[in-house]
Order: sequence, then C-alpha cells, then structure tokens
Amino acid sequence: MSEIITGAEALIRSLIAEGVDTIFGYPGGAIIPVFDRLYDYRQQLRHILVRHEQGATHAAQGYARVSGRTGVVIVTSGPAATNVITGLSDAMMDSTPLVVITGQVGSELLGSDAFQETDVIGITQPVTKWSYQIRNVEDLRWAVARAFYIASTGRPGPVVLDFAKNAQVATMEWKGYKKCHFVRTYEPNPDINIADVETVAQMINQAERPLIISGHGVEISGGEKELLNLAEKAQIPVVTTLLGMSTIDSGAKLFKGLVGMHGNVAANVAICRCDLLIAIGMRFDDRVTGDPGHFANQAKIVHIDIDSSEFGKIIKPDATIHGDARKVLALLAGCVAPAQHDEWLADFDRAWQVENEKVIAPELNSTRRITMGIVARHVAEAAGKGAVLVTDVGQNQMMSARYFKYTAPRSIITSGGLGTMGFGLPAAIGAKIGAPERTVCFFTGDGGLQMTVEELGVILQYGIDVKIILLNNNFLGMVRQWQDLFYDRRFSETQLVNPNFVMLANSYGIAAEDVETLDKLDAAIDRMLAHKGAYLLNVNIDPEELVYPMIPAGAPISTILLNKDEKYEN
Amino acid sequence: MEENNNKELFTVTVFSENRVGLLNQISIIFTRRKLNIESLSVSPSSIKGVHKFTITAYADETTIAKLVQQVEKRIDVLKSFYYRDDEIVYQEVALYKVPTAELLNEKNLEAIIRHHNARILEITNEYTVIEKTGHDDETTALFEELKRFDIRQFVRSGRVAVTKSPEEYVTMYIEERARRKEEVERCLNAE
Ligand SMILES: Cc1ncc(C[n+]2csc(CCOP(=O)(O)OP(=O)(O)O)c2C)c(N)n1
Repeated sequence: MSEIITGAEALIRSLIAEGVDTIFGYPGGAIIPVFDRLYDYRQQLRHILVRHEQGATHAAQGYARVSGRTGVVIVTSGPAATNVITGLSDAMMDSTPLVVITGQVGSELLGSDAFQETDVIGITQPVTKWSYQIRNVEDLRWAVARAFYIASTGRPGPVVLDFAKNAQVATMEWKGYKKCHFVRTYEPNPDINIADVETVAQMINQAERPLIISGHGVEISGGEKELLNLAEKAQIPVVTTLLGMSTIDSGAKLFKGLVGMHGNVAANVAICRCDLLIAIGMRFDDRVTGDPGHFANQAKIVHIDIDSSEFGKIIKPDATIHGDARKVLALLAGCVAPAQHDEWLADFDRAWQVENEKVIAPELNSTRRITMGIVARHVAEAAGKGAVLVTDVGQNQMMSARYFKYTAPRSIITSGGLGTMGFGLPAAIGAKIGAPERTVCFFTGDGGLQMTVEELGVILQYGIDVKIILLNNNFLGMVRQWQDLFYDRRFSETQLVNPNFVMLANSYGIAAEDVETLDKLDAAIDRMLAHKGAYLLNVNIDPEELVYPMIPAGAPISTILLNKDEKYEN
Repeated sequence: MEENNNKELFTVTVFSENRVGLLNQISIIFTRRKLNIESLSVSPSSIKGVHKFTITAYADETTIAKLVQQVEKRIDVLKSFYYRDDEIVYQEVALYKVPTAELLNEKNLEAIIRHHNARILEITNEYTVIEKTGHDDETTALFEELKRFDIRQFVRSGRVAVTKSPEEYVTMYIEERARRKEEVERCLNAE
C-alpha cells in the first residue's frame, strides 16, 4: 500500500523503522515541519527537549555508549547546527554512533546567506564519519538508511543529515522503508584473515611476557567475555585504556590496571617490560603512549582493530589483525595454547606495592580531608554492582575513573579523545535514559558542570534519576595542577567564584546537600543513593589535591611521578 | 616556509563515487597534515560513475602512506594509491599566450616550436597561443625560452597519470565489491 506523505513525515517513519525510540533535540524554524510530524508520533518516539544543542549531542552519546544503540539528535539550522559541532567531534574521536539531523534552509536559498543558513556539510565533514545534504525528498529514505548503517557499523561514528526545508515539506510516495546493508565503498565487517590470527597466536605462544591492552573497541564489539577467555586460557595480564576500563571486571585476577598519563604504575611499567604487546581496539592516543619513540621498544607489537588506518599511524606494529575485536578475540582464544606466566604475573606486584603505598593508601586512608579518591571509591562501593560511571573532564575524571569499580560492560562513559568539559551532565542524562535500570553516578568538577549546567532543566522536566557528585575545589583543578607542577604555581585564571550549587540544584527541583567534612560523607552518599530521583552532592575538595601518578605530557611512559618529590624507579 | 628536505614528489590517485563535497573531504586531509597540493586534476575514470582525482604533493613516504589510508577511510572513496614517478606515465599541458608582434620578429620561431615539440593553437593579430604537453621540466623549459617574447599568460594543468602496472586494481576491487553485495543480499534473503 502506498501513500503520499511529506519528507518530514517520511523521516519520522524512517526513524521508527530503524528502531529509534528516543530523540534528543531542539526545534527551530528550519526544522519545524519535522517537529510538527513528531507531534503525531509521541507515543512511539520519545523526544527529550534539551536546553542547548550541545547537550543534545552529549546526551545522545551517553545514550549510545551505555546501550550500544545509535543516538539520534534533531536540531534546526544555523546556530543550532554550529552548536552540535563539539558533540560531533567528541563522538568522532570516541567512535560513538550518532545520527544528527540538522534543519537547513530551502535548497533555493542555499549559498545566499539566507537567515540561519550555515554551511553544515562544509563545517561537519572533518568531524563526521559521513555527512549528506538532503535537498530532494526522493533521497530521504536512501540517506537515512545509509546514515544509520554507516554510523552504527564498523568503527562507529557520527553522521550528519542536513535536511533542506523544501525537502521536508515536499511530498513523496511512501512505499515502506528498506534498511541499508551494503555500501560499495565501505566494508564495516572485513573477513578476518586466519593466517594473521595464526601468526599472532604463534607470537602469543612464544611470548614469555605477553600483555593485552584492551580498548574501547572491545566494548563496542561486545567482546568482554572473549577477552577474558583469551586472557585466562593463556594467562595474559590485561591492562586497559580509559575507555576500555569496563571491558574487564576490576576485580579480575588478570586485570592489572589502567594505562596512560594518570594510569597505574604497574600497567605503564608492564608496557616497558613485556615482550609482546597485544593492543586491541585502541589507537595509541598520546595520553597513552607518552613519547611514542619510547613506547614498548623492547616488545613485539600486535595491533588488532576494525579500522586499518590505525595500523602504524602512531606505533609501528609487528603484526596486525584487521577485524571486529570480539570475533578476533574468539578466534585467538581458539588458537592459542594454554600457558602459565606465573613469574610475569608476579612482576606486577612490586609496582602495585609502590603505588599502593605512595599513592593509593594516602589517597584512601586520609582521615583529615575528603579526597576525590575516597568519594569515588565509597560511591562505587555503595552503588554496588552494575553502576555506571559518567564523568566530566579534569581531575574529577581521572580520580573517579581510577577509584571507581567496574563490574559490568559499558560502565564508564567519559570524553576520552576530545576531553570535552561539559560532556558529563548531558551524557549522564542520556545514559540514564539508555539504561534506566542502572544507577548512573556522574562525577564532575565545578568548572565542567557549569559548561552545560542548563541541562539540569532536562532532569527537572523528565525526572531523570542521575546521581551528581560534584568534586568542588573552586578551581579549574586539572589546569591548576599543571600550573602547580610545571608553571611555578602561577595560578593564572583558574580560580572560580561559584554559585551555591545546592540552591541551584534545588531551584531545578533536584535534592542536594553540601558535604563539608569526611565524617559526613558516607551518610550523604547513602542518602543520595536511597533517594528516588536525581540528587546532587556538593563535596568540598581541597584545591591542593593532585592526581597521581602522572606521566608528564610527551615524556617516556617510564617517567612516572608518584608525588611532588618522588619518581618511580624501576 | 617549510623546506622540502627528505621530501619527494608523490602522485596520489583517488577513486570515488561521484558525490558533491568529496574534493573538500580529500583536501582537508592534506591540509591537516600540512601537505601542500602541488597540482590537482579531477575527471571521470574509465569506470562508469567513478571519479578520479590525481594529486601531486611533496612528502616523505610514511606521511603519504598514512595520508592515503585516511583518504581511503572516507566513506565515499573507493580506493586511493600513491606512486613515485617511475611507476606511472604522466603528462601535463601548458598554455602560453604571447603577443603575436613579438613572435613575428623571431627568426627561429619554427625551430623553437619544433625543438620543444609544441604547437600553435591560435594566432590573431594581437596574440598567439602555444601549447606544450609534457613533464614539468619540459613545460618549464619552453617557458624559459618564450620569456623574452613577453609572455602575457601562462597556465599549466594538473598532472594526469596512469599506472604502468598490468593489474587494474580499481576494476578488480569493484568486481570484488559486487560479489560482496551479492553475498550480503543472499544472506539477507536467507534470514
Ligand atoms: C571545553 C573545554 N575547555 C577547556 C578545557 C581545558 N581543561 C581541561 S581540564 C580543565 C579544568 C577542569 O576544571 P573542573 O571542571 O573544575 O574540574 P577539576 O579538574 O577541578 O576536577 C580545563 C579548563 C577542556 N578540557 N574543555
């Protein structure tokens, strides 16, 4: 049965056919026809009205990363389209599937500097996986189907559809929807070369000190079980990137820590001591490698990724496997010989001891002041299994990531590649919407919270149950830390005069309390978690607290500062 | 100004779907890596619906190899390759516009044209247009020679190139993709 419908209506029907249930958006002149049609589909499509379009993109990211589904955003043209750029860049860097639909002036006006016209395709091309302007209603279904296929498959990423107004109002014959399963120029699911798998299995069998770095790609592919199977069978210790932290249970015996600038000493040291480094679904970001010239030079390097353009981009591999991480891990687990590496596994103990003694114990055993580590650890313990950590950027991010406990896949949502302050609040909202049954613990700083604080309105309007833990040091803490360590304590423009956050939260109908002293912390955490609905804890943090360990930017990863006076000595 | 030390001239070819905005996507990838595009030409290829970009740039091989990977990663790009000059047959066309009066006083005009294997495209009372097809050094040599006639306009096209390899990789790739498509469709129908 065919009907004549408008492009706007066809878009809505196409989204429903793609299985979309939630849209994050904000209306405006160049997209009104779509919002008008949405009105009739309120039962099938839940629209979350954000307060700023940047918030829509981060919320969609939170939704996508917690659920594995594509996040959908609909906004208008011009300023709305430029407001989504940060979210697109963030999603591009952190491989997050998004379909962002921007309204556009009618095609007859394109290129004329019409009211609220922006060159959306031109601006978004460098920060999207694909972008396409729909000028003709006949292109609509093709473009939407392609957009979802491209965004969600292979290495996921953001896609923009710039929907010209004339195409929204024009009519077409609706003959149903056809999903896209093939694009000639794009192969998201490459056949895995079995010879490559066998080569790598041999390398693993021969290695005495193999080490796995598990990245976001393991999470995206859903390969957590396969990772553990491989690691256990060949007794390979596992370290993770920031975005890969929940790819293995924090309590697993073979889990040896977080790599990178603020990672665990043992994890970074292991990179300098292993004889085989197996990097899976990660891209050797400079926050992980430090000086790439001094990265694992002693080891053979295996790089496994779905995106072959990552091979050799930063670190030259000795072997590669191109393919989906989960499938590759399953194949490898089948090929490798069972092995024991007792001595190698014991090799991590010393560095862990040093970190425990010099960094972790002082952080967690503080009896005087509230430390960020204590807050994160106590929240994690009280929230229990399955809680999701969402962070903003800065000290709050590194501390909460380091001291939280991960017990389930897809449990850390943080802006890794772009390091976007303001990511956290909307991402936490999106995460709660994407996983309503899970407790969402959102850690933020006083700077970052205020970058997208307007999204508290979304919590109010939709009653989103997000637990907000504000680690409030009245400073742009991470920048202050660099000024402290490397700029002679010249605290240029990092001090903030802050509002009363409890009153601010209250004005949005959000329960909140100040936590001034350590003895009040645990009870406050319990109240927060027991509370039905959103809650904000404004926790008083000493601005002098620094995140350690730290590898200074660009230094070899063997240069690990344990505190102001001590370096780790191997 | 950046030096061209350690850098050599590479010819990058890109085969893509015929879609608006691709040139922008490709040139951004050069810009991000601080590579200056020396010459560029875009045309249909021998395969229906497939466009070919031919781009030259000075770079070191590692950089150009990574660039080609990034170009190929763009969704609408089919394939991208890079070559050194000895792997391709290539040409450029140059046009020289010279005042006719200046030429008329030249006794050796015929010899110059012959020597450079150039030809005259148009002669009017005011100007003469000379065409030379060849490599960069050849079109430059003619330029040097014609300089004394007061060249009014000079233009050189982007490089066009075909490979010396007996294998037609793009054609093979497209055939492979067509088989893949059938396979995908078969799987879908089976579901
Ligand atoms: C949008 C944006 N602007 C600036 C920065 C640089 N930056 C990184 S961390 C940081 C300080 C963050 O301060 P705050 O949010 O209070 O968190 P804290 O580090 O104190 O936990 C800044 C300014 C950034 N990452 N993102």
